[in-house]
Amino acid sequence: MKLTDAALAGDRRALARLLTWVENGTPEGREALATLFPRTGRAHVIGITGSPGAGKSTLVGKLAKEIRQHEPRLAIVAVDPTSPFSGGALLGDRLRMQDLVADTGVFMRSMASRGHPGGIAHATRDVVLLLDAIGFPVILVETVGAGQAQVEVARIAHTVVLVEAPGMGDEVQALKAGLMEIADIIVVNKADRPEARQTVRALQAAILGITTAGHHGPAVEQPLEVVAGWETPILQTAAVDNQGLTALVEAIAAHRRYLESSGRWELLSRLHARAEVETWLQRHLMLLLEEKVGEQRLAAAVEAVLRREKDPATAAQELLAPLWSQ
Amino acid sequence: MDRKIRVLIAKPGLDGHDRGAKVVARALRDAGMEVIYTGLRQTPVMVAEAALQEDVDVVGLSILSGAHMALVPRILEELQKRNIGALPVFVGGIIPADDVPALKALGVVEVFGPGTNTQSLVGFIHQVVEA
Repeated sequence: MKLTDAALAGDRRALARLLTWVENGTPEGREALATLFPRTGRAHVIGITGSPGAGKSTLVGKLAKEIRQHEPRLAIVAVDPTSPFSGGALLGDRLRMQDLVADTGVFMRSMASRGHPGGIAHATRDVVLLLDAIGFPVILVETVGAGQAQVEVARIAHTVVLVEAPGMGDEVQALKAGLMEIADIIVVNKADRPEARQTVRALQAAILGITTAGHHGPAVEQPLEVVAGWETPILQTAAVDNQGLTALVEAIAAHRRYLESSGRWELLSRLHARAEVETWLQRHLMLLLEEKVGEQRLAAAVEAVLRREKDPATAAQELLAPLWSQ
Repeated sequence: MDRKIRVLIAKPGLDGHDRGAKVVARALRDAGMEVIYTGLRQTPVMVAEAALQEDVDVVGLSILSGAHMALVPRILEELQKRNIGALPVFVGGIIPADDVPALKALGVVEVFGPGTNTQSLVGFIHQVVEA
C-alpha cells in the first residue's frame, strides 16, 4: 500500500491522510492498521486528563517541548467534544500549543469525540496505534475536559497524568474519585496561585483514602487500578511560566521505568489488548445484529413495547431468538 | 464510517481581532463541521503545518490588518511546499474590493467581507468540498 510506505518513510502528509482514514473508520484505514499492526507496541502512551480549564492543553504543549529534548519525535492527539446537537466540533487545542508548530519533530492532531462518552473518541485508540506503528516513541493523548466517569484513557495509556487546578478544595475527593483512581501522576497546575497548597493537601488526603482506605475500616472498596510499588506523586506546575516541567518529565520517566521493571508494562499491554478485542467484538456483533435483526423487526418490537404488550428485555430476547437456530 | 468536513480557521498576521474568526468557527461547528481554530498571530508556516497535520478539507484565513497581499501569497507558497497547494483557501475580513481579483488570481477560491451571511459560507464550503 503506497500511503503506508510513504508515511513510514516520513511523509507527514501521507500520515495525516492515513489518520483521517483511521479516524473515519474507512476500509482503507482498517487495511492500513492491519498492515502496520506488527510494528505497534513500542510507543510510550501518556494520557493527560483533568477538569476543563485545568490547563491541560498548555501543559501538554510545554511537556511536549520538554520531552522533545530527549526524544527524536513526538506525537500529540488532542480530543475535544463534539456538539451533540450539530455533530460539529470546535477543536481549539492548537491554540495553546503555538510554540510547537515550528518543530517538525512534533506531529499534532486534533480529534473530535464524535459522540463517544469516555473522554476520548471511538477511534482514538486506532489513531494512537497508527502513530505508534509509524515510529513515534512518545504519544501524548489529551482527553476532553473530563469528570468522574471519563476514565477510558486508562485503557489506551501506559501512564495517566491527572491535571487539576487550584481551588477545587474539599470537593476534590468526592468529585474526582473516578479520575484519581486511574492517575499515575497528579499535577496541580497553575501552582503560582495561593490556593495551590490547599488543593495539594486535599489531593494528598484523597490519595491516602484511595490507597489505604483511610480510617474507614478494611479496604473493601480497593479500586482496580491501584498497584503496589508505585506511589502516585502529586506535583506542582505553572505551565505558562515553564515551572515544574522538568520534575514532571522525570516522574513520567520514573513511571515508565517502574512499569518495565515491575512487569506491569506487559500486564497493561495484555489488558489493553483484551479491551481492544472486546471492543471490536462488540462492534462486529452490533453490525451483525443490525444486519440480521433488521430495522423492520426492530421497529415492530419498539411498537410492541410502546403498547405495553412486551417489556423491553423480552422484546430484545425475541428479536435474537431466530439467530440462535442459525 | 463517520466522515466530517474538517475546516482550518486561522488568523495570520498581527491584528488582534478574532471575533470574526470565532463567529465563523462557531457557525461552521453548528453546521456540523469539525473546525480547527488556531488562534491569533499565526505565521504562514504555522498555518500550513496545521493544515497539513490536521488533514483539513478547506482553509479559511481571517485577515483584518490590511496585510493580506503580503500574507496570502506566503501562505499559499507554504501550502505548496507541503504538497497541499490544491487545498481550497478562502479569505475573510477587511479586504478592499480592488484586491479581490488579485487574491483570486493567486488561487484564493473566495473572499468574504463583513456582513457575510454565515449560511452562505456554510453552503460555499459544502460546494467546494463536495466538488
